[in-house]
Amino acid sequence: MDHRPDDARKPVPWTEWDTPRERWLMTEQDAYSWPRSMLLEVLARVLFPTVLVFSVYLLLAGHHNAGGGFSGGLVAALAFVLRYVAGGSAELAMMVRVRPPVVIGTGLAISVLTALAPVLFGEPVLASAMWKLHLPVLGELKITSNLALDLGVYLLIIGVVVDLLRTVGAGTEVGGPGVDDEELEEERG
Amino acid sequence: MAHFALAAVLPLVARRYGRAAFVVGALAPAATLVYTLARVGEAVGDAPPLETVAWAPAIGLEFTARFDELALLLILLVSGIGAVVLCYYARYAKVDDHRTTARDSALLVTFAGAMLGLVLADDVISLYLFWELTTVCSFLLVGGDGVAKRLRTSATQALLVTTLGGLAMLLGLILLGTAAGTMRISEILADPPSGGVVTAALLLILLGALTKSAQVPFHPWLPSAMVAPTPVSAYLHAAAMVKAGVYLVARFSPAFADHPAWWIPVVGCGLWTMLLGGFRALRQYDLKTLLAYGTISQLGFLMVMLGSGTWMSALAAGTLILAHGLFKSALFLTVGIIDKRAGTRDIRELSGLGRQWRVLTTLATLAAMSMAGLPPLLGFVGKEVALEALFGGGTIDVLVGIGVAVGSVLTVVYSLRFVRGAFGTKPDTAPAAPVACGRIMTGLVAVPSLAGLALAFVPGVIEPIEAGYADLYGSDPGYHLALWHGITPALLISAGIVVTGVLVHRYAGVQRLGGHVPEPLRAQTWYGRSVDGLEFLARGVTGRIQVGSLPVYLGVILTTLVVVPGAGLLAGGVEFGELRLFDNWLQVPITLLVLVAAATSLLARRRLTAVLLAGVVGYGIGAWFVVDGGADLALAQFLVETLTLVVFVFVIRRFPPRFAEDKAYVHGRWVKAAIAGVAGTFVAVLAVLYSGYTEGMPEASRQYIERAEDETGATNVVNAIIVDFRAFDTIGEITVLAVAATGAASLILARSRKRGRTDDRPDTADTGGAADGSATETPEVRS
Repeated sequence: MDHRPDDARKPVPWTEWDTPRERWLMTEQDAYSWPRSMLLEVLARVLFPTVLVFSVYLLLAGHHNAGGGFSGGLVAALAFVLRYVAGGSAELAMMVRVRPPVVIGTGLAISVLTALAPVLFGEPVLASAMWKLHLPVLGELKITSNLALDLGVYLLIIGVVVDLLRTVGAGTEVGGPGVDDEELEEERG
Repeated sequence: MAHFALAAVLPLVARRYGRAAFVVGALAPAATLVYTLARVGEAVGDAPPLETVAWAPAIGLEFTARFDELALLLILLVSGIGAVVLCYYARYAKVDDHRTTARDSALLVTFAGAMLGLVLADDVISLYLFWELTTVCSFLLVGGDGVAKRLRTSATQALLVTTLGGLAMLLGLILLGTAAGTMRISEILADPPSGGVVTAALLLILLGALTKSAQVPFHPWLPSAMVAPTPVSAYLHAAAMVKAGVYLVARFSPAFADHPAWWIPVVGCGLWTMLLGGFRALRQYDLKTLLAYGTISQLGFLMVMLGSGTWMSALAAGTLILAHGLFKSALFLTVGIIDKRAGTRDIRELSGLGRQWRVLTTLATLAAMSMAGLPPLLGFVGKEVALEALFGGGTIDVLVGIGVAVGSVLTVVYSLRFVRGAFGTKPDTAPAAPVACGRIMTGLVAVPSLAGLALAFVPGVIEPIEAGYADLYGSDPGYHLALWHGITPALLISAGIVVTGVLVHRYAGVQRLGGHVPEPLRAQTWYGRSVDGLEFLARGVTGRIQVGSLPVYLGVILTTLVVVPGAGLLAGGVEFGELRLFDNWLQVPITLLVLVAAATSLLARRRLTAVLLAGVVGYGIGAWFVVDGGADLALAQFLVETLTLVVFVFVIRRFPPRFAEDKAYVHGRWVKAAIAGVAGTFVAVLAVLYSGYTEGMPEASRQYIERAEDETGATNVVNAIIVDFRAFDTIGEITVLAVAATGAASLILARSRKRGRTDDRPDTADTGGAADGSATETPEVRS
């Protein structure tokens, strides 16, 4: 739309183009079930992308330094845990768009397919290949097929933890779907 | 294995184009047929082509395909009839039911691929894999959408019975493979082992074959499986899958036909099955069930011929396998047309169809004649050879031959019953309303039916294949397949069989008596009882073992941990290595921290405090790893510890904040303390012992470090081990993780679903599939 000439002649909506499309923080109307800490919520949101980027770094760096799919996945998962701890299940529902079992399945599928792929080239199962690339700025880059296996582990771990948050976390939350409040009161005495 | 790839795509095709998916699916078996026909020459020879794909060479797993005469025969059958049935299903399926179309087309093509793999496989492991794949396909195809209880019961019965046999067969195959020292079937057969183990192995393998081919006393699953759509029955339960058991027997017979543990059960069960199947078929009113009992009877016949183990009987078996596949699929497809167009397949309600559908009647009659063994059809050719083989042999063979002759009389009777019941005009039943029977479907019935007719006139086309297989049993006595051998004893017996059969059919009183088996003697009754018994046993055992108390579980686990390796430790000489106080001064404060945290957690009165202190212990161990230079280990330890803490906190929200102080709790405390203390000490001792025992680095570790850079391109050895050297372990672990997570999630969510239903809130209970969870629901505001 924007590239059409008559659109281009329209005045740029100076005051509106950067209006947030969704609420940045939950408001009072949003359902939540425990006392909120504004500081924690804001901090969690600020840190979230950074932690995710760091987890991807761990995933890629695993080949030469400490890290790998397992650690990377756990770090990414902890980012979700942070968001959940800060905002509860409503916060989790806002940011998780993909169903966690799908993520688990995708991770498992990637790993298993990586393991089976060498058969197509006449190699035994789980054989690995290595490619070296020369990139103009970054220098030499080594990619092995095992990275895909690691990626599968990474996704699977994230999926498992988010699923855990969904069930063990939200499922045992006061007012959550798996919880009978009266029963809970009785249990606590 | 293009079949599996195609099967994966078919649901998408079906969603868009509906029934056309079956035609697309039919391309796979049709292509196989053409390709196989092009390579017939290679199979019929002394050295059949052999292809091997290494699967996991380190442990000797590989997939070997061997394309010999027997495989060729079954491939022709499976792919030829597969193509016909898939095309037929394209007309048979409901136009708008895309879900069923997608499922069944994909499953049928997968099944065809599995059957191909089964008959081609030359090593016992892949044989077993494909074997079970056919079982699973059958289960899913019979079960359909799984809504009707009858579908589920039948599918489960088929699955239970055939899987029982399949597992027994796996055990037998492995025993046999171990005894022979090779997993290659061709090598086992070339040099058959002997001994007591082999006898057991053969009996186990036979159990698999007999259950799969619905032999007495495992037969009841086949008639129950007739609830499946007719094309599925035609393909799986007449032409292809039930032939798997016959194939297995045919495969192993050349080497073991003389072994008493092999031929006595095969011939005995086969004969019994043939008679019982024919007998029960006399009483059936449902055309499909009638055919199912006919199939059982015919499979018994095939078993008998294979068990006899002579050149002639093998030739007969080969011919009959082909003939049976052709006529039985034609008959099933006919029943499908009748069921679909006339609206019923009960012979008490059908009348006058023969006058309406002359072409279909002729085709079905041809097929039924082939079944009854009438000239000039392939069934007759096969039966001639069979009678010739049995009556030309010794005393046992002649006795078996008499049994087969009686079975054949029954076959003639139920063939007549089928044709008259389906197409005859009955005076006391109103003739069916005129409907078209469908040209395409009739045309597809014509393919196998006319093939049976044509092949009878030119048996030379198929003879080399069957003779090639029969050569495994000995030398060629100079017999050739033909319609006319002159006036031979076999011909006279054949004529006698047909005349007796017609007489029996005319004499209706015998029919009324026929087919009745008293309730306590029926195999179905016994199946029901054994399943009930198993369930009772399982409930009892589970109730005793799974008491539902976490402390008891933990106690049992820890006691086992101490007792089992501890006993081994005490039995062997134990030496402590040289102990050092510390390697690095940083270890001292960390150790103190861990010790203090552990001791304090014992004194904690609040659950949260105890959990946090346990967390401190975990972090302390992570710190140890850092000090010792295990960066990867430390990272994982810290992350896991954090996650564990979080999960703990989630869970203890549900618990009372303090530990209980009542009598019942305090009572068992000392026992618990003792178990925990002993287990802790044991682990500590073990750790010290282990670190004292390792002299330098083990060989494996040194190899890992040496090879990591060159073979995986990784300088991080830990990572190289995880994703390369021990990648198989990794895959296994993540699979376990996925299963555990899904299981835990289901258990927790199941609780909420159940409650939603009792609260009469179907909207929250039934929204969405498995992934529906709290995340998408708005938590209720606490009152």
